[in-house]
Amino acid sequence: MSKGTLYDKVWAAHVVEKLPTGQYQLFIGLHLIHEVTSPQAFDMITEKGLKVAYPNRTFATVDHIVPTKSQARPFQDNEAEQMMEAIEKNVKNFGVSFFDFKSGKQGIVHIVGPENGLTQPGMTIACGDSHTSTHGAFGTLAFGIGTTQVRDVLATQCLSMDALKVRRINVTGKLKPGVTAKDVTLYIIQKLGVKGGIGYAYEYGGEVFDAMTMEERMTVCNMAIEGGARIGYVNPDQTTFDYLKGRPYSPAADKWDKAVAHWKSIASDKDAVYDDIVTFKGEDIEPIVTWGITPDQSVGVNDKLPAVASFSADEVKTVELAYKHMELKPGQSIKGTPINVAFIGSCTNGRISDLREAAKVAKGRQVSKSVRAFVVPGSQQVKLQAEKEGLDKIFTEAGFEWREAGCSMCLAMNPDKLQGNEISASSSNRNFIGRQGSKTGRTMLMSPAMVAAAAIEGKVADIREVMA
Amino acid sequence: MSKINQIEGKAVPVEGNDIDTDRIIPARYLKEITFTNMGQYPFYDERFDAEGKPKGHPFDLPQFQGSHLLFVNQNFGCGSSREHAPQSLMRWGVRAIIGESFAEIFAGNCTMLGIPTATVSQADMQKLQALAKEKPATHFTLDLDKKVLLADGKEHLKFDIHESKRNALVNGTWDTTGILLANAAKTAEVAKKLPYVSGY
Repeated sequence: MSKGTLYDKVWAAHVVEKLPTGQYQLFIGLHLIHEVTSPQAFDMITEKGLKVAYPNRTFATVDHIVPTKSQARPFQDNEAEQMMEAIEKNVKNFGVSFFDFKSGKQGIVHIVGPENGLTQPGMTIACGDSHTSTHGAFGTLAFGIGTTQVRDVLATQCLSMDALKVRRINVTGKLKPGVTAKDVTLYIIQKLGVKGGIGYAYEYGGEVFDAMTMEERMTVCNMAIEGGARIGYVNPDQTTFDYLKGRPYSPAADKWDKAVAHWKSIASDKDAVYDDIVTFKGEDIEPIVTWGITPDQSVGVNDKLPAVASFSADEVKTVELAYKHMELKPGQSIKGTPINVAFIGSCTNGRISDLREAAKVAKGRQVSKSVRAFVVPGSQQVKLQAEKEGLDKIFTEAGFEWREAGCSMCLAMNPDKLQGNEISASSSNRNFIGRQGSKTGRTMLMSPAMVAAAAIEGKVADIREVMA
Repeated sequence: MSKINQIEGKAVPVEGNDIDTDRIIPARYLKEITFTNMGQYPFYDERFDAEGKPKGHPFDLPQFQGSHLLFVNQNFGCGSSREHAPQSLMRWGVRAIIGESFAEIFAGNCTMLGIPTATVSQADMQKLQALAKEKPATHFTLDLDKKVLLADGKEHLKFDIHESKRNALVNGTWDTTGILLANAAKTAEVAKKLPYVSGY
């Protein structure tokens, strides 16, 4: 059993009671909601005649269903419009703060929380969305929940939970040029598998994480869930404190020192005990591209696709299905695979630093004629900042479309979808069959800079060669 | 709230590792603001072709109609936290799922709906799926009190289930709102001690 880790400390501070079932009643410090997984939960508490117990600890925004070509109301899609009306009604009736289009703060829920300073070290954070693990970048216990659990958080500000084990994942040394946080997280998933994290919280540490910006840490924690770990976190440090200073919901100046002292105290102790420790070398990581239908089916951009026989017997079926679906063959190079669509955005890689990296590639180059390419900022604030820096012009001059904030083609609950068996280079997080809106559509996950490079070349390319 | 001690019925096998919740329920059905219709959609894109004709998925085969148990392999329900996935299975008729392993969020969602997620070894699951395919009329009983699975009334094998989840089901405490609300005063005390709640 782990001892002295951030997980243990934050967990202990939030336990209300051990329940008769053996589960623990855990207080939830920050509850984030969006339009898709909350309407049924509000209906459930209404049916029970309950209120929102701590309305000032719940914040709402809209991201999954919003169209990215225009945010004008009413939406053309009736179902999306109804969903929008439902959240508008619910936040009004229950007194919940709402980052809607007019607020200038709308965006993907996992981008909005951090950029407004809502996400603070030492919190427990829940949201009806699996990528809630993103907020772990700040040293929080942040995890996705289902709608019936959203009901519980609304009604009680608590959840009934089982404790997780803690695995420390060290990445030592330095990353090579062209290798990004996205490659680090894809590499960890490739090595530990999509099931490797079941039952664990992942604590990421080591020189590579120490050197990362907050936005890079968010990219890694975002995909903890793709490795099966419901929670991924990084211990808070000076990088964390510098990021938080001065944000709208961050502690005020007169409370700052006390807040920082508290945040330091919840970091894992030097002699913390972990249930498991794994160590990787930063130097071993290459720019990574997924070739299959699970996020662990990936290779370095210069590698050949693996032989079916190289997988264990119980993986063979999934691997064969992956090759069939992706229309790819063992032994072929991933580099040079032609693409139809390039998507830059999502809660994984829709932050300003992601757009800056992609813009460096796009600048002075042209998107291949065979590629439909678009950039979707993760929030209205990211969009505004990008436009201040002129990134929108760089993208549009290169032939990318410049869109409004939302989840877009990460999950295709909005008009942004693959058509037929189109294949995308995507900066999102899931390459599942059907994920991007077409059941025969195909997805290759990679870093935003690699997506931009693929858009320019019309095929999967090594960012280091494109930029050379 | 009902106690769930035994779940009986035929079993439908759905084979494959890493079956994610996008495959269980495609995102386009999440645009509905209630769960009412979800029973029509489980595995939709794997079951029906472009014209809406069934492709021979186990959920459409006559011998598996009316099944209450679902036999799956590893990491079932990975990916999105959408509760629409277990809702769609439940509303189709699934009352219990037995697998080699489950994704964490999915298993939690199942418990919240009173659906046990029981685990067995890979070898046992292969046998179970084979039995369900070869003798689809087999009547299974998942006994949560004894942690055994019966086939046609005879003990067939032992299964595992997370103890707290099992307790919640057999004691009828899986619908947690009331239990959590009962501790409202203690909740307020815990909240007050948290620096970010008290304002540092």
